[in-house]
Amino acid sequence: MNVRSSGSQPVRVEQDVVMARQVSRKLAQDCGMRLIDLTKLVTAVSELARNTMVYGGGGDMDWQILDDNGRTGLRLTFRDEGPGIPDIKLAMTDGWTSGGGLGLGLTGAKRLVDEFELDTAPGAGTRVTITRWT
Amino acid sequence: MAALGQHAVSKVKNAESQLVQEWIAALEASGGTRNVKGDELKADTREFLQLITSSLENGAGTAIGAAQWEDTRQFLERLSRNRAQMGQDSSQTANFIFALKGPFFALLQKEFASEPQLLAEQLLQASELFDALGLHTIRTYQASREAVIRRQQEELLELSTPVVKLWDGVLALPMIGTLDSQRTQVVMESLLQRIVDTGSEIAIIDITGVPTVDTLVAQHLLKTVTAIRLMGADCIISGVRPQIAQTIVHLGLDLQGVVTKANLADALALAMRRLGVTFTKAQ
Ligand SMILES: Nc1ncnc2c1ncn2[C@@H]1O[C@H](COP(=O)(O)OP(=O)(O)O)[C@@H](O)[C@H]1O
Ligand SMILES: [Mg+2]
Repeated sequence: MNVRSSGSQPVRVEQDVVMARQVSRKLAQDCGMRLIDLTKLVTAVSELARNTMVYGGGGDMDWQILDDNGRTGLRLTFRDEGPGIPDIKLAMTDGWTSGGGLGLGLTGAKRLVDEFELDTAPGAGTRVTITRWT
Repeated sequence: MAALGQHAVSKVKNAESQLVQEWIAALEASGGTRNVKGDELKADTREFLQLITSSLENGAGTAIGAAQWEDTRQFLERLSRNRAQMGQDSSQTANFIFALKGPFFALLQKEFASEPQLLAEQLLQASELFDALGLHTIRTYQASREAVIRRQQEELLELSTPVVKLWDGVLALPMIGTLDSQRTQVVMESLLQRIVDTGSEIAIIDITGVPTVDTLVAQHLLKTVTAIRLMGADCIISGVRPQIAQTIVHLGLDLQGVVTKANLADALALAMRRLGVTFTKAQ
């Protein structure tokens, strides 16, 4: 697997969530992603970036365009140094929210992409990595 | 302690026109006079100098929050508001004060050349005073600037939420762009108000112009739909393109029985059917 290009975006304020969506939309287009896959990916980005801002107290979005045996992929990591998630199973339950949300952000994002990885611990921040292949 | 000795203050007063001249030259050199009329600049600089000399004559110190500086503060607040409205940036605005430093210090240096100890002290005091006045200018400039931006945002919010009457009893709300919470709130309120005002039975929310429907957007939509239903009206969501429909399914969103249509035309046709309106093609 080869990293064709990579970069990073701040995710601190509401406007950054909008930017994260725009940047990932552009990257997905560069990867030649179909509209349907692109829409799914950008929606997942919107969910995860907002979580980073709201629950993680702000963080960053790292992106990589990957080449792997003739297929192209976009990998995005949302990381923050916030409080972390104490109960991963609970957070990964449809409809569960600690705030006033719909509780479908994490689970929904997982269903919208090909690969989903959640790495978090209380006091150790949160990292969510998603990948979508063309 | 007074910011400047009375000796220094009287020197400043005597050299007023020369100071104003050098000050304006410094302002022009720094580009801080863009858009400001020449006469206005002359009047502003003269008034400011008179204000500070009279405060200093009354023994005012470098703490510009003191009552003796009240008039000067108000003058700077007026100036900042004025400059913000003219589109000057904060450094251009604050430069009004900082450009006076050079000529002012040069004057002190000349007058106190033979008394280095006194000169150093007067320079320090003057420097503190100018910094405080400059900071105050920046602070008020920012407050004015934020007020200008807020007003523009509010205007934009109103502009971007047209509620269109499509037929007797049918309202459409075309949503465009990013549905952040503040805007959605405004959209919802104006739609509900229009439903009341027009006694409409059906509201069509068109999301063709919304690029991403995530759970937050869905939550706003569902709240709006619930409110519309509580008022006894019906709601249709149109502009649900195939890729948006699929994404909604994957997110696991429950649209709670809301009728959705791919485009506005289909939604309008449905609304007409519900109202019992039929169309026939003219022969
Ligand atoms: N980056 C994060 N840091 C800390 N907690 C998080 C983070 N992301 C998600 N969570 C927790 O997981 C819960 C579920 O998130 P999500 O599925 O997006 O639903 P919602 O945002 O509607 O609450 C959140 O309510 C929050 O408690
Ligand atoms: Mg969420």
